Amino acid sequence: MNKDLAIRGNAISKKPDYFLKRRLEKGWKSIKKNRVAYLFAAPYMILFFAFTALPVIVSLGLGFFSFNLLEAPIFVGMDNYIRLFLGDDIFIKAIGNTFLLAVMVGPIGFLMCLLFAWLINELPKSLRTILTLIFYAPSISGNIYLVWGIFFNKDAYGYANAILLRYNIISSPILWFENPQYMMPLVVVVALWTSVGTSFLSFIAGLQGIDRTLYEAAAMDGVKNRWQELWYVTLPSMKPQLMFGAVMSITGAFGTGAIVTALCGMPSTGYAAHTIVNHLEDYGSIRYEMGYASAIATILFVIMIGTNIIIQKLLSKVGD
Amino acid sequence: MIHIKLHRSKSGIKRSYFADFGIYLFLLLFGIFMMMPMVYAISNSIKPLEEIWYFPPRFLVNNPTLENFRDLMVVMSDSWVPFSRYIFNTFFITAVGTLGHVVLASLCAYVLSKHHFPGKGILFSVVVLSLMFSGAVTQIPNFIIISKLGWIDSYQAIIIPAFASSLGLYLMKQFMDQMIPDAVLESARMDGASEWNIFWKIVMPMVKPAWLTLIIFSIQGLWGTGANHFIQSEELKTLNYALSQILAGGIVRTGTGSAAAVLMMIVPIIVFVISQSKIIETMSASGMKE
Repeated sequence: MNKDLAIRGNAISKKPDYFLKRRLEKGWKSIKKNRVAYLFAAPYMILFFAFTALPVIVSLGLGFFSFNLLEAPIFVGMDNYIRLFLGDDIFIKAIGNTFLLAVMVGPIGFLMCLLFAWLINELPKSLRTILTLIFYAPSISGNIYLVWGIFFNKDAYGYANAILLRYNIISSPILWFENPQYMMPLVVVVALWTSVGTSFLSFIAGLQGIDRTLYEAAAMDGVKNRWQELWYVTLPSMKPQLMFGAVMSITGAFGTGAIVTALCGMPSTGYAAHTIVNHLEDYGSIRYEMGYASAIATILFVIMIGTNIIIQKLLSKVGD
Repeated sequence: MIHIKLHRSKSGIKRSYFADFGIYLFLLLFGIFMMMPMVYAISNSIKPLEEIWYFPPRFLVNNPTLENFRDLMVVMSDSWVPFSRYIFNTFFITAVGTLGHVVLASLCAYVLSKHHFPGKGILFSVVVLSLMFSGAVTQIPNFIIISKLGWIDSYQAIIIPAFASSLGLYLMKQFMDQMIPDAVLESARMDGASEWNIFWKIVMPMVKPAWLTLIIFSIQGLWGTGANHFIQSEELKTLNYALSQILAGGIVRTGTGSAAAVLMMIVPIIVFVISQSKIIETMSASGMKE
């Protein structure tokens, strides 16, 4: 009995070693067999890991440290997160602004892309091409949104102020980007103006790819108007594009920050348009509190990924 | 009784002319809204200085002139570097970054799409996941990594990370999945073609529309490169940075600032006009599977 156990024990203790060796051998063989594939993928993947994956991991870790780039990082546990949520009123304000922007710009931007793509889909080709360019141009034109800053200039030479003054709607120029009453609405308008981007192109392509016979079949089945057509045929047929577009819109909306800095300054007056991205820049690039900024980045990461996953789950139900 | 005139669309569903009119009107109004800032920028860029001082200001120009574009070179001549340097920097970063991105992303997309090897599923999932957060999340560690590499104040600090943009890889891989039949690759392998030749001589010519798409998205990202923590010396800074500097000068600089803005927007728009139909073709493959 004892002997039996001993032998068994021996076999067990040998087992992992043996299997490990075999697995390693197998793994090596498969690497050799697929060496071309690994070789081709390597240059991109190495850079991707160095500048996208690794930074996420580093950021998750650094959030637990106090680090100013000069001295060695000091482990502080949850302190950064506690300070963010309990001791940093501006961060709470930034979360509020970011969600307000995301709720306005994300879904409305997404629907704008879908609506424009749907409306121009049946137009003649030349007209469709021109309208595609007009709607898409703001999102590819670099930081052309700075032009809004000229248009809404704070003195009487700004076009918006000049019109309002001329018709006696106001008696003195409005400080558009310094008055909290106007800052957020204007940032929302400008962000929406730039939001007809990648999703829009994806939707146009999705609409053009829908099989015409589906519509004919639907018409026979009693689909009466274009709204029914949209809901029962069009949207379910372009579901993959809708999901891709949602990712683009959500990520873009939560990442709003550059527009705020360009139009309202850094920081914006009274932090009225301050977003999480702005807060991150403030601590990361101005105050050099890298640990604290990493904690902010981690929260932004969780918000973005979480929202994206929830929306993907919801969208996968469209037309089911 | 009101009779709404109906006509039939391509699909055979009845449509009213009334609704069609509404749609055209809506598109017209939104088209104007979308174009207004661009038109305003163009109009300001060709206004002579005295028209900028008109009160009340006018939206459109009376006597168009190119003096703002000339001034652009002059206004910026009292800065440390000539304006042409900003233009060169932006061109250089955009061209090299885009070229590298198209080649590396296509190479990787090809094996992710057409080869079977352990780990490929995970690699692609990670890339898709990375579409779900923006660059702001990785900004701080990236600064640390770039400075550890000793790349601060160099072109490669901007160019090399741009090679590995994830949207391009995603679109290229999806497009290859859809466009390239396995049989073509099989027969090439039977004829003894090397993997590199298959990639370069067979696959790449078949995915030309996707190149253009990767190019436009890469340009979109790089052309707008602005004030950046990686770049400190003036002679490496970009057009976008110069633009914000000019506009900081206030209303006097409206003309020159608008001229710079027009320069900024003209290049991506031209590229898009040239490649629009190919880009739409690629985007048909952009959909996400559950």
